[in-house]
Amino acid sequence: MQIVVLVKPVPDTATGGERLGPDNRLDRAAVPAVVNANDEYAIEAALKLVEAHGGEISLVAMAPPNAPETLRKALAMGAHRGVHVTDQVLTGADALSTARVLAAAVRDLEFDLLLAGADTSDGGMGVVPAGVAALLRLPYLSYAARIEPDPDAGTVRVRRISATGFDVLEAPMPALVVCTQALGEPRYPSLKGIMAARSKEIATKSLAETGVDGVGVEAAATNRVLGSEPPPTRPPTQVVRETAPDAAKRIITFLEERRIVQ
Amino acid sequence: MLRSPTVTSQTPAAAPNATPYRLTEDQLMLRDAVRVLADEKVAPRAAEVDRTAEFPWDLKELLATHDILALPFAEEYGGLGGELLNVCLAVEQLSRACATTGLILAVQELGSLPIVLSGTDEQRQRWLPDLAAGRTLIAFALTESEAGSDAANARTRAIRDGDDYRISGSKRFISQGSVADLITVFAVTDAEAPRHRRLTCFIVEKDMSGFKVERIEHKMGIRGSPTAELAFEDVRVPAANRIGEEGEGFAIAMRTFDRSRPGIAAQAVGIAQGALEVAAKYARERRQFGQRIGDLQMVAQMLADMDAQTEAARQLLYKACVEIEAGAPDAARWAAMCKLVAGDTAMRVTTDAVQVLGGYGYIDEFPVERMMRDAKITQLYEGTQQIQRLVIARSLLGKDS
Repeated sequence: MQIVVLVKPVPDTATGGERLGPDNRLDRAAVPAVVNANDEYAIEAALKLVEAHGGEISLVAMAPPNAPETLRKALAMGAHRGVHVTDQVLTGADALSTARVLAAAVRDLEFDLLLAGADTSDGGMGVVPAGVAALLRLPYLSYAARIEPDPDAGTVRVRRISATGFDVLEAPMPALVVCTQALGEPRYPSLKGIMAARSKEIATKSLAETGVDGVGVEAAATNRVLGSEPPPTRPPTQVVRETAPDAAKRIITFLEERRIVQ
Repeated sequence: MLRSPTVTSQTPAAAPNATPYRLTEDQLMLRDAVRVLADEKVAPRAAEVDRTAEFPWDLKELLATHDILALPFAEEYGGLGGELLNVCLAVEQLSRACATTGLILAVQELGSLPIVLSGTDEQRQRWLPDLAAGRTLIAFALTESEAGSDAANARTRAIRDGDDYRISGSKRFISQGSVADLITVFAVTDAEAPRHRRLTCFIVEKDMSGFKVERIEHKMGIRGSPTAELAFEDVRVPAANRIGEEGEGFAIAMRTFDRSRPGIAAQAVGIAQGALEVAAKYARERRQFGQRIGDLQMVAQMLADMDAQTEAARQLLYKACVEIEAGAPDAARWAAMCKLVAGDTAMRVTTDAVQVLGGYGYIDEFPVERMMRDAKITQLYEGTQQIQRLVIARSLLGKDS
């Protein structure tokens, strides 16, 4: 099976989190980038699928020029090659632009499954995979807890997590599947995987090569960040754990001290 | 009249594109990959391994599946090249989290070095691939009750009998001797020969009849690493399991130490770094007298010295690895120096780490007491600090003529 996984380098929250530049935009150069955590689950799902059915995995990313460093970490897990779309114009691109660019980059590839993480830790929108599926007219199978392709029949069956349990969806391939953490913990790359990743191919594409225009910060529906503030520190809270009569007494005392009740 | 040898270290000419003072991108990737594994998978088990004194088979599997045990071996045997600095980078990162786990890699290297250095192609093909894959473990059995620092005083005998040797005797303080599949044993083949020509090196397989694990020691530190007394009762070992020629055993052991001592230095640097990080974090958080204790000068001074000394030990280790790998003729001096400095540093830094934590440093709520107990062994095994000093002094002064 040929599998494509959408991957996004995001700031590593473990080493200091997100920094904003002078224009209040995320300064992607300030903090080292890691593979978006949800995307690692998608890559792990892809690895398990090719282990079971054979085939290869390509990673596709739209990211700043330093992305290959991060993509190598994903290649070290076992993916076979990468495609990296990068262009100065794409700085500050919104979700719609991202979906259009990724759809164009993926359109030239042959695949049975297109996998994506549910959302990113920096943008948090969770809409790009749906946009890509719509643009490419692919079946959209979301919140997958299990992926069972039938390569002979050319179909894929997915368990979609729902509020009451799960639904079972079936669609013809190629299809887009949004992956969840229920698919299994991503593996740590082995040292041999890390060494091998150095020589795996990452093809770079400019915006012109994808044939998409009208994207980037100028075209974005929202393109200026007016301000940004950290959330206010929460005042100290007290937790009431007593049983009913004592709890009531405590709450009344609390309200009386603040003259909310007399 | 005393002959004065030249004191300057004789190193081969530097490779044209060598950057000896910074780690390469590959080495940084390797170091960071092992660090992540150490922090996320090894560290949570360290206290339990120490408390139960059980060999962490799960962590050994982790090292095997992530190719960490492949580091000491050449690629043709399924290894990752065998470069000494790479092995030490991994030992250091693992030891930061758990000295017992760092030792698994260090002992795998120690035990297999005789095969790597002096084995035939057939012997290397026979044993190294399984060792590189972590399918088998190997231990190094030189020490005996009456032969510690004086290794040449060993008494275990190997008597030639047709195409075999029969080995009888016992070995003491053998790291991982009870979990290893292969034991690299040094036994006397010619008791009449000059001291340094008496020993021969053999590979004993654990299933060979007459080989027995007598007991496991209860230790101060590295408690998860089983330290065994091994008994050999007429163990029949084929001549095909002999490494090198008869009488070469002592020389093989000494050449082995030139490459394995940096591994212990790496363990020591890792332990020191781990202790320093705990102490620094504590000093940032603990408040007394209205301020962080790290801002009190007596505490700041201790931490600064701990950091500088750990870094100095680390840099000497890295340099020693590069020199030994490049074939420096004074490899023995480099190996002894890095182990001497790192071991003493680890003991000093861990002791000071306990001091910084005060009462909390003495209880097992914090790992520094374990790290202090773990550090001590780095001043003792693979040659005591006193032996390391003898090696350095001999390199400096030459022999009395």
